[in-house]
Amino acid sequence: MSFSISISARTCHNEKKAGVSPLSRVKHGLKMKRTDRNLPEPDLSQEELCSLLAAVGAERSVTAFETIFRYYGPRVRSFMAMKTRDMQLAEELMQETMTAVWNKAVQFDPSRGNVSSWIFTIARNQRIDAFRRKRPVFDENDPVFVADNAPLADVELEGRQDAELLRQAMETLPAEQLDVLRRAFFDEASHSTIAEDMGIPLGTVKSRIRLAFDKLRTTLEGRR
Amino acid sequence: MNVKHHISDELLLDYAAGNLSEGWSIAVATHLALCPSCRRTLEAMEGAAGALLDKVVSDHPVTTSDWDALRARITSEAPAAMTAPSSVKAKPTASTGQGVASVIPEPLRSYLGGDVETLKWQALGRGAYQIRIPTSDRATQVRLLKIPAGKPVPEHTHEGRELTLVLAGSFRDGDEVFARGDLEEADGSLLHTPTATEGEDCICLAVTEAPLKFSSWIVRMIQPILRI
Repeated sequence: MSFSISISARTCHNEKKAGVSPLSRVKHGLKMKRTDRNLPEPDLSQEELCSLLAAVGAERSVTAFETIFRYYGPRVRSFMAMKTRDMQLAEELMQETMTAVWNKAVQFDPSRGNVSSWIFTIARNQRIDAFRRKRPVFDENDPVFVADNAPLADVELEGRQDAELLRQAMETLPAEQLDVLRRAFFDEASHSTIAEDMGIPLGTVKSRIRLAFDKLRTTLEGRR
Repeated sequence: MNVKHHISDELLLDYAAGNLSEGWSIAVATHLALCPSCRRTLEAMEGAAGALLDKVVSDHPVTTSDWDALRARITSEAPAAMTAPSSVKAKPTASTGQGVASVIPEPLRSYLGGDVETLKWQALGRGAYQIRIPTSDRATQVRLLKIPAGKPVPEHTHEGRELTLVLAGSFRDGDEVFARGDLEEADGSLLHTPTATEGEDCICLAVTEAPLKFSSWIVRMIQPILRI
C-alpha cells in the first residue's frame, strides 16, 4: 500500500510558474541553491514521532521539530499536490501546515498516540482555510455537547492501542477499498467522480466505504 | 438520549476529508455534538487518513533551504501564536445572559445567535415557522424549522439531497421515528412525508440543495413571494 505522485516537485518548481495562489506570505526559493542539499527522510515509528512531537510541545525543541519536518514535509507536500494539483501552492501549504504543527504542538495529546492523524487534520484545515472555505466543528466545552460515556480507565494505553490497531486493520483492507479511501482523502473528488474514474457504479463506491469502516469500527469496538 | 439515526459513512467521510461544503457540514457537526458514536467513527476516519499519509511515498525529500526557510519562520514569529490550547479559551457563547444553553448545540447555536428561547421565527403558514440561516455556501439552503405537533413538514421538496436533524420533539417518516439527535438523509429518489409526532412541536435543522434559479423573469419575480 504505497503510492507516489506523478508530477515531479522539483521539475515543476523550476518552471517558475507564475500561478496565482491564495497565499503570498511564504517566500520560497524557486531554484535550488548550490549549497542546498536533500535532507534524508528518517525512518521513524509512530511512537518515536509521538515523543518528538511531545518534545516540540513541551520544550519547543527545534531539533525534534526538524526531524518531524524531514518525515512529514515530503508527505504533506505530496498530499497537497494531489489535492490542489498545483506544485507551487502545495509547497506553500506544506510550509503553512508545518508552521501550524510547530505552533499547535502544545495542544497535541500524546495519550491519543496518533501523530499522523493529528497532522492530517492540520493539513486538511490549512487547505480549507487557504481557499477561504468553512468547515464548522462541534465544541467539546459546549454545555449542550453530549460526552462519551465510554470508560476512561487507562486512556493512554487505550489511545495508543487504538492507533496501532487501526494501523493493523488498515493493512488487512482489500486494495479496492483502500483505493476508494485514498481517493476520498487525497483527491478533491466527489464520490460520483471517484465512481467515474474507477469505472464502477456509485453504489459500489458507497458500499466499499461502508465495508472499510465496518471493519475498522469492529476492530476498535472489539477491544472495548 | 440515544441517537438511533446516524450519519452515513459516505457523508461522514466527506466531512472527515474536508470535502463537504459549509451548509451540509453544519448538520453533520451539530449531529456529532450529540452523538459520541459518530465521533468515534470520525476519529477512525481521521486515523485512516493518517495511516494513508504515512504510506505516501514522495520522490522529493525536503532540502536544507526548505528547512532554513521554515526555521527562520518559526523562530521569528511572535510567541503569541503559540499559547495555550484554543479549546481551553472561554468561548463567548450566545447563551451569555440568557441562562445556560440547553437545546441547540454548537456550531449551530452560533449560526442562530442564541438558543431556542431567543429565536425570532418567521411564520410559514399552517402553524409552521422557519428561520433562514445565512452561510457563505451558495450550493445549500439551511433553515431551522418548527413544525406543530401532528402536522406534516411544509414546503417539502423531493429534489436533491436533504439532511434533517431533529433538535426538539420528533417526527415520523413511514415506520421510522426521528427524535433529538437523529439525522435523516434523503435523496431525490426517496418519496417521503415526514410528520411531527403528536404531543410536542418538532424543531429541526433542514439542509437542502439551494433552490434552482429560474430563468424566466416572471418566476424570478414571484420566487421570493412563494419562497420557492
